[in-house]
Amino acid sequence: MPGKLKAKIVAGRHLPVMDRASDLTDAFVEVKFGNTTFKTDVYPKSLNPQWNSEWFKFEVDDEDLQDEPLQITVLDHDTYSANDAIGKVYIDIDPLLSSEAATVISGWFPIYDTIHGIRGEINVLVKVELFNDLNRFRQSSCGVKFFCTTSIPRCYRAVMVHGFVEELVVNEDPEYQWIDRIRTPRASNEARQRLISLMSGELQRKIGLKVLEMGGNAVVGYLQCFDLEGESGLVVRAIGTACTLDKLSNTYTPATAINPCNSSPSKDIKEAGFGEEAPGVPLSSGPPTPLRAQTFSSFSPSKSYSRQSSSSDTELSLTPKTGMGSGGSAGKEAGPLKALLRQQTQTALEQREFPFFTLTSFPPGFLLHVGGVVSARSVKLLDRIHNPDEPETRDAWWEEIRQEIKSHAKALGCHAVVGYSESTSICEEVCILSASGTAAILSSRFMQDSALDTEHRFEDLMSPGCAFCHIPYDELNMPFPAQLTYCHCCRRYKVPDVLFTTIDLPTEANVTGKGCLIQARLCRTKKKAQGEGNATAISNLLPFLEYELHTQLMNKLKLRSMNALFGLRIQISVGENMLLGLASATGVYLTALPSPGGIQIAGKTPSDITYEQHISNMQKKINDTIAKNKELYEINPPDLVEEVIGSPIPEPRQRSRLFRSHSESSDEVSELDLSHGKKDAFVLEIDDTDAVEDIHSLLTDAPTPPGFYSCNTEIMPGIYNWTSALQMFTSVRVFRLSNVNLTNQGLNKVFNDLCENLLKSLYFKLRSMVPCCLCHVNFTVAVPEDELIQVAVTAVAMSFDKDQTQENGRQSIDKNLMKAITENEDQLQFPLELSAESSSNPLNSAKGLSEVSGPLPSARAPSVDYSSFTDRCSSWIEQLRLKAHTIRCGSIKTMSSLEKASPLPEGRSRSLRSNRSYAGSSVTVVKMTPLSFIPGTKIIKYLGIINMFFIRETTSLREEGGVSGFLHSFIAEVFAMVRAHVAALGGNAVVSYNMKECVFMENPNKNQAQCLINVSGDAVIFVRESELEATPPQPHSASAQTSSSGEGT
Amino acid sequence: MSMELDVFVGNTTIIDEEVYQLWLDGHSVSDAVRMRLESDALSECEASGEVLHSDTMDQYRTFQMCERLLHCPSKLANQLLFQIPAHRQAMLIERYYEFDHTFAREVLGKKLSKGTKKDLDDISLKTGVALKSCRRQFDNFKRVFKVVEELKGPLVENVQHHFLLSDSLARDYAAVVFFANSRFETGKRKLQYLSFQDFAFCAGQLISYWTVGAVDNMMEDMDVDLEKEFLHDLKDLKVLVNDKDMLDQHKSLVCYQLKGKIKAFSEMEANFKNLSRALINIASKLTNTKDVRDLFIDLVEKFIEPCRSDKWTVGDLTLFLTHYTSTAHTLEMFRFQILWERYMGVIKSCILKMYHD
Repeated sequence: MPGKLKAKIVAGRHLPVMDRASDLTDAFVEVKFGNTTFKTDVYPKSLNPQWNSEWFKFEVDDEDLQDEPLQITVLDHDTYSANDAIGKVYIDIDPLLSSEAATVISGWFPIYDTIHGIRGEINVLVKVELFNDLNRFRQSSCGVKFFCTTSIPRCYRAVMVHGFVEELVVNEDPEYQWIDRIRTPRASNEARQRLISLMSGELQRKIGLKVLEMGGNAVVGYLQCFDLEGESGLVVRAIGTACTLDKLSNTYTPATAINPCNSSPSKDIKEAGFGEEAPGVPLSSGPPTPLRAQTFSSFSPSKSYSRQSSSSDTELSLTPKTGMGSGGSAGKEAGPLKALLRQQTQTALEQREFPFFTLTSFPPGFLLHVGGVVSARSVKLLDRIHNPDEPETRDAWWEEIRQEIKSHAKALGCHAVVGYSESTSICEEVCILSASGTAAILSSRFMQDSALDTEHRFEDLMSPGCAFCHIPYDELNMPFPAQLTYCHCCRRYKVPDVLFTTIDLPTEANVTGKGCLIQARLCRTKKKAQGEGNATAISNLLPFLEYELHTQLMNKLKLRSMNALFGLRIQISVGENMLLGLASATGVYLTALPSPGGIQIAGKTPSDITYEQHISNMQKKINDTIAKNKELYEINPPDLVEEVIGSPIPEPRQRSRLFRSHSESSDEVSELDLSHGKKDAFVLEIDDTDAVEDIHSLLTDAPTPPGFYSCNTEIMPGIYNWTSALQMFTSVRVFRLSNVNLTNQGLNKVFNDLCENLLKSLYFKLRSMVPCCLCHVNFTVAVPEDELIQVAVTAVAMSFDKDQTQENGRQSIDKNLMKAITENEDQLQFPLELSAESSSNPLNSAKGLSEVSGPLPSARAPSVDYSSFTDRCSSWIEQLRLKAHTIRCGSIKTMSSLEKASPLPEGRSRSLRSNRSYAGSSVTVVKMTPLSFIPGTKIIKYLGIINMFFIRETTSLREEGGVSGFLHSFIAEVFAMVRAHVAALGGNAVVSYNMKECVFMENPNKNQAQCLINVSGDAVIFVRESELEATPPQPHSASAQTSSSGEGT
Repeated sequence: MSMELDVFVGNTTIIDEEVYQLWLDGHSVSDAVRMRLESDALSECEASGEVLHSDTMDQYRTFQMCERLLHCPSKLANQLLFQIPAHRQAMLIERYYEFDHTFAREVLGKKLSKGTKKDLDDISLKTGVALKSCRRQFDNFKRVFKVVEELKGPLVENVQHHFLLSDSLARDYAAVVFFANSRFETGKRKLQYLSFQDFAFCAGQLISYWTVGAVDNMMEDMDVDLEKEFLHDLKDLKVLVNDKDMLDQHKSLVCYQLKGKIKAFSEMEANFKNLSRALINIASKLTNTKDVRDLFIDLVEKFIEPCRSDKWTVGDLTLFLTHYTSTAHTLEMFRFQILWERYMGVIKSCILKMYHD
């Protein structure tokens, strides 16, 4: 009996009229948990009942506490007939099970009905008393914290990153059970909602158990999805990264407390002040020197790794192959210390079946090198899940894909995959499973107990802003053709010419100019088919789709004169008669990488003069666009002499970082070389109709309007001075293709226009926020029916201050770096030779040093002095006050004029008792953002994960304003319910918000529609930085920055 | 090929004030799009018709969903569906309840019933206010009327408290409610020259000085009805015209005061008795509901028109009324000082407000 759940029903408000005769309602409430149900008294004839019930107590296992939601049903009492349900509230009590999260749930919840939507609100109080259970074989995992955030949460620090956890549970979909024929749509929807809620709870509990087994206490980057497989069932699956997190008890205590042995208190103070990225393992104070030489020597070409070798026992200990600055995480003939280290790294990695990490940004010093994107897809035929308790088939499918990803990563000379995610697309009985991530080499520092501190010191030095670009694979034995140059920052290590990744831009990265959202969109027709034939057709189409998406991305990247993609997400959606592909990423110019060449157009028949003219016109257009883009994104890289070195391939080729393959319900894995064969990738031959189309789509991408930027990563490089004005939104469009016989080209255009117009509309809607950046723009596409294309976008628009120009920002960074150098020299008594030695570029070494001192002043520098920015949100309160004031003045004026007009000495013109009363204070404002932070604020507490699933159905579509009206109110309702839950937990924001699913089905002829939405996020409490009392560390770093930025101006 | 579905939902509900006004004014979506395309404000955004159409549809949908809440403004503040900053909520409410004075002028004093609602298309034609907008405004009147009709306490405050309106708008509503309740005649041809503001001002005067609540500041006062007792007492003022001595004395006092100060002195002197009789007659008849309704038409016919035909200036009129009121105090036999002051104070300011072309 390890837990007691207590619930109290306080009151209701705005209830719907249930009794037409009296225009009132006789409401009562049923509170259900597990199999126990309690009822309140009937509160007769009121739309605002005050039940003020006793505490209903449920004594339950903690296993149930984790799985089950608290179910509250509001009903209308009816003496003669059955009681009518008004609606329900499901409360996930998981946040109450962790001692660090919320302690009580209390607040107004919207009463939700799957047919009528929100019908009034109910005030509920919920508490949990937990008893400790020391049973080793327990089935519950209470206390394991879950975070959707794909980085180390802001008020924690990572002690250990254990690695990948996954689980899936399957069940029959209630919608497809025989009983569904006889029950009402409401009952069916509620059964489904309840089932998914139960399954999510179970899944979370099981993952929690795995985490406890690994010795962790938290899951970061938790991604839960469900697959509606229709007849064959319902799958809920989740992946995440198990971690051991330490709460930074008070982020303002001088860091010496956290890190007592560090010799430089000032640096640590800075780190604590920023507090955004948790510091790693305590830094050592030991002399940093002894290991350095060793590590450098660990490179030896003779040991170079070849892609073909895949002896199973060593497959994960690939670290030494790189040779290049991998910081010697392992070396075969190293000294005893090294051996120990290797052992540890190896254990750390080999314990994991899959060295995958769902994180997209990392504590400093964790990510060493990035290889490139790895992805795998497989097409499967669904059949009924016969035994829900043994979800082996689905497990095996994913297992297969993950193995493939792992081998791709290995081929890139990497031992880990970061920014890892999985997704599915289902159409009838065909299912495409996809997984993708970024092959990378990680530092061992978070994967073992913090024993070898000297090593960390060294690694810190080794990760300047360009280190992650250095190739992890062996240049003599490259896994794919690529053109290597020396890093443009440090000039010591080699870098590829283009880099594609699925992660966020590392904070320490050196970026030139600003970034932008780059999308490749593609639509391909497919013949209608059944079963296996369909699956074959799809898997035959997939490689071409991916190839073209990749080419498009590459061309668009070149057109913007950029050389790297971050946050790459390729979504392939399958419909009955078409395949949709949408790749989104944020393009940037990495200073370390070579400047991209232009795009050349060539014709095949150069005889015709008009034809040549046509070509040269196009060429000119392209060149103009490139020049314009350079200006727009402020890309002015320093002119450096390009030195192409040691490329094993004599002729230039497509530099593909994309590894993928397909398997079609068989073991046959088709590897596809994405390089363009003998053709230069950037020579577009326009004889080819496809090429004409390509060029067209290249040039028709409308530029973002002035004042707008967009990206699909967390933040935009080059913009630092965010204000706290933010607007999260969801926009959904469904397009009907009436012309059934569309060609590929026609379809492409339709799809492209759909996306472009959607973006245009967004820019227009948000014009009042300019200058602003759309961050974390997340497109999802679907083919809900034969001729329908659905595009949904969730993103956040964030305003920034224009005043501080980019130039200043950059200068201030440089100044900061210089400062950091001097500081470090002074306070660390760091040998100057060391920094000079580790890198030829003083700036970069400075960066390395400053990284030792704390989370990257470089990227964060200007964002610190928020105190000086107008806080828009509080400014409207100010405005309000002002307005109230003027109203009062106004009323006084009118009165005095009245008095003048009337000569009566005893004129009793009354003073008004009050001005308008803004009762608005009764509803907590809850901010929502898909990012892991809110600019200008500090997250002080994580209250728990929000994971909600709703179904809404209507049989009176026209009356609800058609499909748009229906979906509009449903999305608004979902937002409202998320906000209410967060507010009830005591929070004021949701971070890492994500709408994972939005399945919309309609039948206008029957006047019906149904929609399913699944959202998730982390409920948090934030405080404004300006509200935080100035603590010693903050002013220290802030003043340093402001002064330096001041100098910059 | 067509857009089947197109929605945009922000965590903070986005409200474009310009579109809101177009919606309130009763324009259809396509009209609104056309007007936005033509307006200069958006030219810099280079928004295409398509983008504007999508945006306008979205906004209209939002407003329609909000409308239910706007009917009971206090709900807007504690509903959970839309997250709207308080000052935006205030704007939404204020704008929703704002009305066209030309429209209000037409409905003023009419019964807020279904019958009147049927006449709205005529009013719409006459005033040029779109029928949709007329309906909204009419429904607002009716809603406010229904809520405050039976409420105790000061009328303006009640309106303000229940509908969260600004002071000036609440006063206008108070006027509308007051006129609708007492059914003052405002439609006669002779009254056509008077604007809504004129009447609203008069209503304010009547509410402030002639209702029960005006004397008694207790909570249970009623602002909607004129004080019966006061109206009854007004009969006592007849003495001013019935007592010949008093009338003569009053006249000589006024003439003494005004001599050389007003241009229309001779006309005043000649007409004094008629004018005084008119004002006192109006006062004495106010016990009749019918005559209360005719208050404004009586003032115009019996007092304002004679003065106007004699070409009195506003200054003349002000001086005359001031002294006409004050000299009554010096009449030895006159005992109804307070009553007189209460009556004349309102009459004077009403007449002055109504005295224009």
